[in-house]
Amino acid sequence: MHHKTLAELSAGLAAGEFSSVELTRHFLERIRAHDERLNSFITVTEEQALAQAKAADARRAAGEAGPLTGIPLAHKDIFCTLDVRTSCGSRMLDNFVSPYDATVVERLADAGMVMLGKTNMDEFAMGSSNETSYYGPVRNPWDIERVPGGSSGGSAAAVAARLTPAATGTDTGGSIRQPAALTGITGLKPTYGRCSRWGMIAFASSLDQAGPMARTAEDCALLLSGMAGFDPRDSTSAERPVDDYLAALDRPLDGLKVGLVREFMAQDGLHSGVAAATEAVLDELKRQGAEVVEVSLPHAYLSVPAYYVVAPAECSSNLSRFDGVRFGHRCDDPKDLEDLYKRSRSEGFGAEVKRRILIGAYALSAGYYDAYYLKAQQVRQLIAQDFCAAFEQVDLIVSPTAPDVAFPLGAKTDDPVAMYLQDIYTIAVNLAGLPAISIPAPAADGLPTGFQMIGNHFDEARLLNVAHRIQQATDWHEQAPEGF
Amino acid sequence: MQWEVVIGLEIHTQLATRSKIFSGSSTAFGAEPNTQASLIDLGMPGTLPVLNRRAVEYAVRFAKAIGAELGERSVFARKNYFYPDLPKGYQISQFELPIVGRGQVEIVLEDGSVKTIGVTRAHLEEDAGKSLHEDFHGMTGIDLNRAGTPLLEIVSEPDMRSAKEAVAYARKIHQIVTWLGICDGNMQEGSFRCDANVSVRPLGEEKLGTRTELKNINSFRFLERAIDYEIGRQIDVLEDGGRIVQETRLYDAERDETRSMRSKEEANDYRYFPDPDLLPVVLDEAFIAEATRDMPELPDARRVRFQEQHGLSAYDANVLTATRAQADYYEVVVAVCGDAKLAANWVMGELAGALNKAGRSIEDCPVPAPALGGLLARILDDTISGKIAKQVFEAMWAGEGDADTVIEARGLRQITDSGAIEALVDEVIAANPQQVENYRNADPARRPKMIGFFVGQVMKKSQGKANPQQVNALLREKLGG
Repeated sequence: MHHKTLAELSAGLAAGEFSSVELTRHFLERIRAHDERLNSFITVTEEQALAQAKAADARRAAGEAGPLTGIPLAHKDIFCTLDVRTSCGSRMLDNFVSPYDATVVERLADAGMVMLGKTNMDEFAMGSSNETSYYGPVRNPWDIERVPGGSSGGSAAAVAARLTPAATGTDTGGSIRQPAALTGITGLKPTYGRCSRWGMIAFASSLDQAGPMARTAEDCALLLSGMAGFDPRDSTSAERPVDDYLAALDRPLDGLKVGLVREFMAQDGLHSGVAAATEAVLDELKRQGAEVVEVSLPHAYLSVPAYYVVAPAECSSNLSRFDGVRFGHRCDDPKDLEDLYKRSRSEGFGAEVKRRILIGAYALSAGYYDAYYLKAQQVRQLIAQDFCAAFEQVDLIVSPTAPDVAFPLGAKTDDPVAMYLQDIYTIAVNLAGLPAISIPAPAADGLPTGFQMIGNHFDEARLLNVAHRIQQATDWHEQAPEGF
Repeated sequence: MQWEVVIGLEIHTQLATRSKIFSGSSTAFGAEPNTQASLIDLGMPGTLPVLNRRAVEYAVRFAKAIGAELGERSVFARKNYFYPDLPKGYQISQFELPIVGRGQVEIVLEDGSVKTIGVTRAHLEEDAGKSLHEDFHGMTGIDLNRAGTPLLEIVSEPDMRSAKEAVAYARKIHQIVTWLGICDGNMQEGSFRCDANVSVRPLGEEKLGTRTELKNINSFRFLERAIDYEIGRQIDVLEDGGRIVQETRLYDAERDETRSMRSKEEANDYRYFPDPDLLPVVLDEAFIAEATRDMPELPDARRVRFQEQHGLSAYDANVLTATRAQADYYEVVVAVCGDAKLAANWVMGELAGALNKAGRSIEDCPVPAPALGGLLARILDDTISGKIAKQVFEAMWAGEGDADTVIEARGLRQITDSGAIEALVDEVIAANPQQVENYRNADPARRPKMIGFFVGQVMKKSQGKANPQQVNALLREKLGG
């Protein structure tokens, strides 16, 4: 049952082959059996899941089921979930039980989905390997000595290991796409503003975006249909209708013009197996009638430095609310206010979070603002203009998702810059607010690789369509890790 | 040495919106602590601000009222600092691009001359909560009811040269915001708060002296006293060869002095940057038209109109337009009675006196404007005299009904029947032979004064109801001479 895709499970539920309660029990059982090895869940919500499953079955009996009704999923622990601990992977929020549901959580629950639990993640979504979590690293089901990528590493590992048919993730600089690539699943980062950020604990507000993680593009289309849409509680959410992603899935690719980013392929550190995998996907695109050309993003090389000013700057402010006063970790016996702040935050935050708060506070401080923050915002404009120019020539822009396959645990933990370069192909997309998808490409060294496709603003339907067509003709996305 | 004083004011006006600037919580004053704090006001993880449209409309109205430029595009920025009553660890304010740009107001000085004071800018921001130190031994309580209340911070140019000018400017801003209905103006509840930037420099010097910022001032009287104290302190320091330290000073009303709170060296670096959770505010013509559609006639325009239309003196017109409620009241009285001058005298005299004595505002005056107009109409149609009218007014104030009801119930209708008045006049003449003789023997130039005695006697006999003009005329006729 767990090898079925979300779409197949949906059909199975509709046909009465199994109930939501059976399905939910099955996945809860798999989590119990396998997650000790992976550590992909922080919290498993068995009771609530079974109650939701029961309600979903009742809803189906009443003839009111939709395509997502009764299907289990896991939420990244960055999404606030009513009456359930929402830790954000941090000691700071280890004791935080959210008093409300995030919009994404609420919408998927309204569609009848069943929450299995909350997945592990890099602390406050800061990391590319899932090693910064207070709850310990997540392991890659393809090789448990390797990282699953991050920050949505728990969601990626759980989907890859078939512990859940689907999961939510968030992507600030590649946090959906890079772990999707490293675990061999499909992950979509929608256009900035497509999914509401209400209830999603902020890392870098101008970059954060929620998205679906599943095994196929079709499954992502189903999930995104349930997640996306305008939300009056988020001023940055887009007030425009949601496209019919499913209806567009099967469109043929004749005449599609695809641009391969020249600079990305020439990048130092690009694994030859990853480059070959990219070529293989391009061949499939050509076979289906797409035209592949090279495009240039001349300022893309500035995206990592620009990102590591903008994102820390926003995070330094966003994380100020974790002060030990109203919720979250508070130190024992504070002597005075300053002691309360200093010790609560020193104890509550891990090293990577502290590093970024310091970088961000520095970049915003008087006398440095113009040189760092303002300059980074200008770079951001240039990068967005590069994409604009490229989209005048092509429909989609493509590249590898990450420069390498999954690396061993601990390999980059002492070298933050090497870690930051994991996101060298994904970060520019967030800076420009564009949608992008990562789909499995042929393996390299026996490990998954990812192929990234970037669309113009609100072109999710096209990304899902092209990804689906590729997956209809290939089996790269069907590979499963052994032992799960 | 001759010193010149330079003052600029920062005025925080609490906008009279029903809900907060970035959440749907109520802004009502005085609720139980933390009962008006939503997830957003508490700064819960994952929550986001949504701008209150009404707060923007109010800022637009203010801009129009002071002839200010409206920022076509204004941006909310985060002001970052840690304090327990600041839930998010930053205040959402505006920094580089405020909603209201440069404007100006006119103030009337004591000598009657008019001075223009520049308004540098006004920006929207959220208020913080309150820290309660008294009720918790060794601890601090936090009340977040006020957190997120919309404020319009109005920053003046350093155009004022005395505490009195500063007070006149603050009163002017108070008049405008209450007149527009965008702020209730209540200084005790903190709806209208003034911070003063004060410096002195040798007269003739162009360079500004080092300034101090005075905070914690919650009345116009204290504003004047705090500034005067601070001017004196700064001059003393400078004349003793000292140097002014740029710092924030708190005004202590009980001791009537200012005390250092923090110096610039200890000041925060607020690390302002545009708030990524909020889009820039772009004002289009339609929005501005909508926001200013019901703008009332402004106080200065109304003052001029009162002078021209009602023939009032500049002084009277100024007093009557001190508040919109008073000006509205006055105009209703004029409309009902038809005599602008009489109405002005009564509104500024009898009515103002009664309100003052009772400690009430014109908004909850027990004698509504149409009723006062009705009373004045009875003076004008000779039903009662002005003197009797005061009695009637007191009865109306006490709730005995409108003017006609009181006049009938108390039998105060003026006696205009000449036969009845003549009888009274005859009685008075008969009863006071000595005074009559004195009158008749007196120098004619002194007689107008002496006749007052007889008028008084007749009025007394009529219990004040005889028509005074008729009494006068009859007495002159009968006493002869």
